[in-house]
Amino acid sequence: MANHTQEPLLEVRDLKKWFPVSKGFLQRQTGFVKAVDGVNLDVQAGETLGIVGESGSGKTTLGRCITRLYMPTGGKIIMRADGETMDVSALKGKELSAFRKRAQTIFQDPYSSLNPRMTVLQTVGEPLLVNNVAKGKELEDRVTEIILQVGLRVEHLQRYPHSFSGGQRQRIGIARAMVLNPKLVVADEPVSALDVSIQAQILNLLLDLQQKYQLTYLFISHAMSVVRYVSDRIAVMYAGKLVELGPKQELLSHPKHPYTEALLAAVPKTSQRKRGMRLVSAGEPPDLANLPKGCVFVSRCKYAAEICQEQAPVLRPLGSDSFVSCHLAESLTLQGI
Amino acid sequence: MSAQESVAVSSETAQQTPIAQKKRSAEERYYYASQRELIWWRFTRHKAAVFGAVVLIVLYLCALFADFLSPYSMDTRFEGYQAAPPTPIHWIRPDGGFQPYIYGLQRKLDQKTFKWIYTEDTSKLYPLRFFVRGEEYKFLGLFKTNIHLFGVEGAPIFVFGTDRLSRDLFSRIWAGARISLSIGLVGVFISFTLGVILGGISGYFGGVVDDAIQRVIDFLLAIPGLPLWMTLSAALPRDWPTLKMYFAITIILSVLGWTGLARVVRGKILQLREEDYTLAAIGAGASDWRIITRHLLPGFTSHLIVSITFSIPAMILNETALSFIGLGIQPPAVSWGTLLQDAQNLTAVAQQPWLLIPALFVIATVILFNFVGDGLRDAADPYQR
Amino acid sequence: MAASANNPLLIEVKDLQTYFFLHEGTVRAVDGVSFNIYEGRSLGVIGESGCGKSVTAQSMMRIVPSPPGREVGGSILMYLRDGNGAAEVVDVLKLPAGGPKMRSIRGQQIGMIFQEPMTSLSPLHTIGDQISENILIHEKGVTKKEARERTIEMLGRVGIPRPQRLVDAYPHQLSGGMRQRAMIAMALICGPRLLIGDEPTTALDVTIEAQILDLIKKLQADLGMALMYISHDLAVVGEMSDEIMVMYLGQVMEHSTTDEIFDNPLHPYTVALWRSIPTIEGKLERLVPISGSLPSPFAVLPGCRFFSRCDRRIPGVCDAAPPPLKEVVPGHLVRCFLYQ
Repeated sequence: MANHTQEPLLEVRDLKKWFPVSKGFLQRQTGFVKAVDGVNLDVQAGETLGIVGESGSGKTTLGRCITRLYMPTGGKIIMRADGETMDVSALKGKELSAFRKRAQTIFQDPYSSLNPRMTVLQTVGEPLLVNNVAKGKELEDRVTEIILQVGLRVEHLQRYPHSFSGGQRQRIGIARAMVLNPKLVVADEPVSALDVSIQAQILNLLLDLQQKYQLTYLFISHAMSVVRYVSDRIAVMYAGKLVELGPKQELLSHPKHPYTEALLAAVPKTSQRKRGMRLVSAGEPPDLANLPKGCVFVSRCKYAAEICQEQAPVLRPLGSDSFVSCHLAESLTLQGI
Repeated sequence: MSAQESVAVSSETAQQTPIAQKKRSAEERYYYASQRELIWWRFTRHKAAVFGAVVLIVLYLCALFADFLSPYSMDTRFEGYQAAPPTPIHWIRPDGGFQPYIYGLQRKLDQKTFKWIYTEDTSKLYPLRFFVRGEEYKFLGLFKTNIHLFGVEGAPIFVFGTDRLSRDLFSRIWAGARISLSIGLVGVFISFTLGVILGGISGYFGGVVDDAIQRVIDFLLAIPGLPLWMTLSAALPRDWPTLKMYFAITIILSVLGWTGLARVVRGKILQLREEDYTLAAIGAGASDWRIITRHLLPGFTSHLIVSITFSIPAMILNETALSFIGLGIQPPAVSWGTLLQDAQNLTAVAQQPWLLIPALFVIATVILFNFVGDGLRDAADPYQR
Repeated sequence: MAASANNPLLIEVKDLQTYFFLHEGTVRAVDGVSFNIYEGRSLGVIGESGCGKSVTAQSMMRIVPSPPGREVGGSILMYLRDGNGAAEVVDVLKLPAGGPKMRSIRGQQIGMIFQEPMTSLSPLHTIGDQISENILIHEKGVTKKEARERTIEMLGRVGIPRPQRLVDAYPHQLSGGMRQRAMIAMALICGPRLLIGDEPTTALDVTIEAQILDLIKKLQADLGMALMYISHDLAVVGEMSDEIMVMYLGQVMEHSTTDEIFDNPLHPYTVALWRSIPTIEGKLERLVPISGSLPSPFAVLPGCRFFSRCDRRIPGVCDAAPPPLKEVVPGHLVRCFLYQ
């Protein structure tokens, strides 16, 4: 569990990633899709921070900015590892390479995340090779070690991705992320493309690896049940904003943001089978290129007041370890699970 | 480390039932097969494509060894055999034995039409012989020899007849095949180089460069091909040597050819740049060069080969068309297009239908290339993982 | 099934076998599946990819892609009732897949909704045109105007806002959730007796999924249809169904009422699934994964299909002969030697 007295491993401050939108014959830029719009969060070393949100909430973009797969449009990402402090978006050359050794990504789609023309050895060995960590025999030894750790076998080394099942491919992707011995791993929906009977294998593998290598996870998923299983704290995103962040149990049983409540209510539950209608939040998420002036959730919020239309709320602390971005948080009593 | 230690959570490939050794080794082969091998396996299942590929290889070999294959040189004139029909080849001798042979031809002037009429003179039989000595030529440009695949001593043999200047059409078709078949390859090579470089730049760097290249392509595609080629080739001096002319025509044909390939390359690069494995390589810290050469280029070579296979026949057709209207390859150089010039007027075709034989070669080549292209496209199907 | 005995039988699937004949071998996608669907009741089908749940539904609709697929055995009896309750029994498998009778069954008797709405909506026509076309095809003597009015009414019913305007929208102008609603409207426009949902909410976000599930439940109750709901998501199936069928590799492993399946699962596969899936509620324990992965679809297994991954397998018994599907408790069918 996270030790909050220490400085956090990762600090994200007012992070923005806007994608330009062009329209028409002349491809004139007409505005921005605000995929991530002013996100603040800290990640403690050794914890798993789950990030939940629906499609378009910006959770994947956030993860990709943190591992510098995308260049942020604004804000700061600070990473502290091995006594170094790195300003992630300003890194170049050697420093960037040093950062990449410490922050890696596991991708969602086990099919498109592996180059079909490279063997397991080449795929998993690539990070070692391009960062001049190892080559030749040493590279092979290190790759062998890590693929055994993720539950693959030595004879798999020379095979191509097409000969593996979805679960095995995801193991290869995990091995590639782990081979540099990173501090932080962003796992972007690592199980949502897998069959239900395979998901638990991969989730347990991730938990075991975390324990063994003292990893810090940023675990991105749309499935609340999966996030609940792996996370210490949970952050909820909606339309590019962080709406709530808190310790897992607190957030699940006492949600503080109306969207969190709606999300929890919407999740199908085995204990509520055939129990008639649920509390369903009407409407759909807003257009990211055309966000409302006030709160992003205002059009779907059943508690919305006048201030919500006018003024965008900011993320603020509430209670001991929780943060919420809602004007009315103190006055609402919301239902959890 | 031994394999036993690694079982861990997964025993995924555990075999439940005893399988025949053969099937197992086939599976093993599949596991270790690279994409190229997989494509090759799928291609070999496509019967029409394999047939097309084999026949095309034979065609190209024939063109390469045209001098040896044809009994005469392309310029040899046979006085007295003007516009002669194909010489019938007989197989069974009058006395019953098997031997390919021909009769000599006699010609007679038709008093009404003033046309030569050729009849066989059955009084003497000339056997067909193989590896005969005939006109001297340079074998593949390396050494002089005079051995031809087949020939007849004492009388001329015209497998496909002769033209109005009494030259052997069979020999001329193979001589023409050299230019017609190779112009497709050379032209596509030029288009390919231009297309990959410009398309690659366009796709990888994007932005202003991309816009500029795309507008150039739009512009070139908006120009009707035939008039452009006609203008350009009409501007070429008529007295250029054959080789120079040949390359000039090839370049003219490639001016428009590269645009399609550039679009294919650009589209593929844009698509592959978004693949997670490219992102993973960026995340691993790979350089631009490595990403392009390791992850992007190999990802669409199969698609390129398919596009190329489809553009070669188009090139061949364009050359034929240009030469047919007299603006492409110029006589005395010979291509299938120039051969077809003789078939331009209707009466010639009505009286000497064998002059259309070069057209059959053009059609067959185009169809065969399309067979191969279809097979390659199915084999490289991006939807099959 | 005892629990459903009060409702009249609508569809009787007996020993259905649908195979796919591929170059690499034969995939026995559905291999001896039997079940009944009763008027107004809902049947849930749970299974992983490759278990044959979608192919079963496609066989009932006779839309299995052919070649390579073909229904090679069994029967699917459909009870077509007229207003007086007299039933005509048709074996759907004996009808030509493209014939007029089958076409009228699709649409008028069975409506189907898919995971990806674009598979049943054409991008070239407005949703209104596509939906009212179904009325015009299936019902003689309906004018275009009437069809359009009924379409607008149905669009309103499935929760599309401003149906008078959106009836003229093209599918790409709608959000994913709205497209799913339009597809539901299209499936229901001719008043089918059975609605088949093949993972209709899998591609949707959780809050939108909840909206669509509620909509389907409400429409089922209002229209008195039967529902066959196919999904890999146990909780969703549990919410939608009166009874549940658990499928694995082309066979029914367990079939009982929803409560039985959740509270008292018997088949080792069902039990293992329950232990391997993270939930949103209850105690947080380490998941117990099902070991291994699905066998090759081409494999011909002489015994139980779950043998290789089963933690209670009996070597020599379970891999020797296939277990039969047996009613071990009244109303609870299990295909396992542990209960013979």
